[in-house]
Amino acid sequence: MTTNRRDFLKLAALGGGAVFASSLPGCASMGMGEGDDFYFVQLSDVHWGFNGPVVNPDARGTFPKAVAAVNELGSGPDFIMFTGDLTHTTDDPAERRRRMGEFKQIAATLANRNVHFMPGEHDASLDHGAAFKEFFGETHYTFDHKGVHFIVVDNVSDPAARIGDGQLAWLAADLARQPKDARIVVFTHRPLFDLAPAWDWATRDGDKAIELLMPFQNVTVFYGHIHQENHHMTGHIAHHSAKSLIFPLPAPMSQPKREPLKWDPANPYRGLGWREVEAEKPATYDLKEIPVKA
Amino acid sequence: MLLAAGAGVSVKALAEERVIKVVARKFVFLPRDIQVKKGETVVLEFTAPEVVMGFNCPDYKIRTDIIPGQVSRLKFTADKAGTFPFLCDIFCGEGHEGMSGELVVS
Repeated sequence: MTTNRRDFLKLAALGGGAVFASSLPGCASMGMGEGDDFYFVQLSDVHWGFNGPVVNPDARGTFPKAVAAVNELGSGPDFIMFTGDLTHTTDDPAERRRRMGEFKQIAATLANRNVHFMPGEHDASLDHGAAFKEFFGETHYTFDHKGVHFIVVDNVSDPAARIGDGQLAWLAADLARQPKDARIVVFTHRPLFDLAPAWDWATRDGDKAIELLMPFQNVTVFYGHIHQENHHMTGHIAHHSAKSLIFPLPAPMSQPKREPLKWDPANPYRGLGWREVEAEKPATYDLKEIPVKA
Repeated sequence: MLLAAGAGVSVKALAEERVIKVVARKFVFLPRDIQVKKGETVVLEFTAPEVVMGFNCPDYKIRTDIIPGQVSRLKFTADKAGTFPFLCDIFCGEGHEGMSGELVVS
């Protein structure tokens, strides 16, 4: 049975799952015509290759479960975005490539073939993105979809968590071609703002990227890295982090160490999930968090 | 002690600051806890025998790269008391997320 997307979202809301409407106050209408609304799926922090039964005894099953759940969406998303840490880090370049190959094979079972990838520090920091580029292409790029301009910013290929002057210049040049009321979505891995610098939850020159984005009225940022939902505003720009598909992390600075939360056999996959993002009038992104289920 | 320089400018020799040597290796800082007295000026002297690492104490706004083969020095005055976390802020491998310590100023 093919389910109309709006019917699916309405039914899903009745059955649970948080819906967060990212409405930007004072934001102009997105100006979309009938039929221009769409939704995409954000998956993040799969950490393929991670092994740690205390925090996830089903490390090799969680990602396939999420893929199966995304494939069950009656009216599929327009595209799927992975916001980094596709694989878990390793010092061995051959092992890194083996993990990327396996990840790519599983991702290829997504029914929706319109899939975008970006790296996390686990994928790219030890070799400046070399292996990632071999398997998935560029680490920073843009694409346009139904009137929205998507920008993928790489803040991980530099192990010092910098975007870098070259990429910032590229971002500035791209933004110079956009009208000030353009609908812009930024995907990145680390938070661009100082969420918790003592936990390495920041981008060293993220303030420069935010400064470049501030003149634009309709900007929303989706990122990963912190393995939990977090919603934050820098001025009028909303930043939304995603849950992971491997293990949850504690709330920022909530405990002395940034250690994975332990697996709870009574609540398997607790804290793990992915997200649907519906872009609709007027200038709203409805976020629906989907938990991974046993 | 006062020393008179040739240009007629007097130079005071100051007491040397305490040097605290810190080794950054996969994936620990040694020592993990750095103890300083409030008001004390110290020099942290870092070495990293394996890979490039970073030291960052955000609450004190002090950080440095630590490059193998070089000694990195950070001089600061501990002007506020408390316990302040620091971390490695250059991704260095699988144990990177746990590479942290505390600056204890009392």
